Amino acid sequence: MRALGFATRSFIILLAAGTVLASRPAWPAVDAAPARLSETGLYVPGTKRIDPSLVSFRPQYPLWSDGATKRRWLFIPPGTSIDAAGPGGWDFPVGTRLWKEFSYGLPVETRLIERLADGTWRYVAYVWRPDLGDALLAPADGIADLAVPTTPGGRYTIPSEDDCRACHEGPAVPVLGLSALQLSADRDPLVRHLDEIDPNELDLVALHEAGLIRNLPAALLDTPPRIDSASATERAALGYLHANCGHCHNADGALALLEMTLHVDSSVAEVRRTLTGVKSDFRMHGFDRRIVPGLPHASVLALRMRSREPLEQMPPLGTRFKDDEGIALVERWIREDLILAQGEANDEIDQSN
Amino acid sequence: MKSINRISLAAFAAIAAGAAVANDSASPALDAEKVARGKYLVTIGACHDCHTPWIDGPNGPELDMSRMLSGHPADRAIASPPAMIETPWVVQVNDTNTAWAGPSGVSFTANLTPDRETGLGNWTFRSAKDTIRSGRHLGRGREILPPMPYIMYRQMTDEDLEAVFTFLQSIPPIENLVPDPLPPMVAQAQ
Repeated sequence: MRALGFATRSFIILLAAGTVLASRPAWPAVDAAPARLSETGLYVPGTKRIDPSLVSFRPQYPLWSDGATKRRWLFIPPGTSIDAAGPGGWDFPVGTRLWKEFSYGLPVETRLIERLADGTWRYVAYVWRPDLGDALLAPADGIADLAVPTTPGGRYTIPSEDDCRACHEGPAVPVLGLSALQLSADRDPLVRHLDEIDPNELDLVALHEAGLIRNLPAALLDTPPRIDSASATERAALGYLHANCGHCHNADGALALLEMTLHVDSSVAEVRRTLTGVKSDFRMHGFDRRIVPGLPHASVLALRMRSREPLEQMPPLGTRFKDDEGIALVERWIREDLILAQGEANDEIDQSN
Repeated sequence: MKSINRISLAAFAAIAAGAAVANDSASPALDAEKVARGKYLVTIGACHDCHTPWIDGPNGPELDMSRMLSGHPADRAIASPPAMIETPWVVQVNDTNTAWAGPSGVSFTANLTPDRETGLGNWTFRSAKDTIRSGRHLGRGREILPPMPYIMYRQMTDEDLEAVFTFLQSIPPIENLVPDPLPPMVAQAQ
């Protein structure tokens, strides 16, 4: 173990040296992000009260973040609104800001993404001081291993800017938790929420009535959107995969070439088609199918959700611990619903012969 | 090839990089100038050293250009990763210079040819750029493993990266399914 430890440290030193020697690639030049969270517009100046012009929201399918509770706020500049007309997703106006606070008993980190004047997005993170007086801008390289006693394992990772981009720039629009489905009033009853309900949070209809979004299809207002699934389990499982995987695994983003869709803007049939029985680019424990209906232990998708080995784990970043409840849900869907669906498909084939 | 000094082989590979010459197989549809620039960058950037397998030639180790840039050969399975070596040594390299064992586990160099099933045939330029810029597979997957020097390559301009990608898309596709990397715990257990 001593030899391994030394070797590991040596490699880390080598890699770290390379990082120092090689400056980061240049992103679009913009005004620097504020050094303190209190300077970003989240609070009424001089107080810890959330600015009343901000919108609180809570996606119905949350991202697993090692059990963190989260609060989220949206700022849309006065006189502007989100345009829901485009086929590629909601278009957020320049000046849009979204904050997300991560807490483990106490706030640890607050992330901010902002649409800049040139149309690009900036991703920054603020780390709360131990006295909770303010949170300070984290370095663009993030903090790989921060000691935070209240987190599981006592350690915490502040993501780098590249990590932020890896997830947020997977789809065409980098705002991930604010969509018609996520804000739908037709909430999925099987979803466990760690977050406290904010009585002032807005859902889709409220967002529309507040004039913060335009060109929203009337059908979405008349009938709150929900996942068109065959069962309650499937609805919740696909919602989970949508929120935790769909930002990368979708039909039109950076990973479209994988032809693996976990984003439920595609039809449920399309999601199933890209998963069940399809060969995985990644083999694990001798298995090479994304999903084998009825057999979660032979489904690479579930196996990778279970792993926290860096080369295997899914999602590949953002968590240190697996989500046992989420895994149980997805495995139940694979074990019970997909084997049933496969049986029905086989029956149809038999009847047509 | 007999077991030789692996680190020496790696060093030799680096020295010999300038002599590595890629095949002339650019598609007429591709920008010839960009292909030439990419070929130059791939050559002096030492891509062949790890991504083109080495063989034992009459004068010692040499690049097997019949398998140009096709990564770790699928027919050279690594069934048993080597035991950890004593400090101060850190990494071990196999005889084709395409499998590297160290604290990060065992990594196998990728197939960079435009084979659709096993190489970069279905990649877009964005796939390649995101990979190099982020140090993650396709820009958002697992981290790229040592010894891939993406920390240096990420400094390339978009134009140079595009030239490299254009050249790689112009070379002959080679069907070669490179194994998945082995995590450290697997390497230690075996």
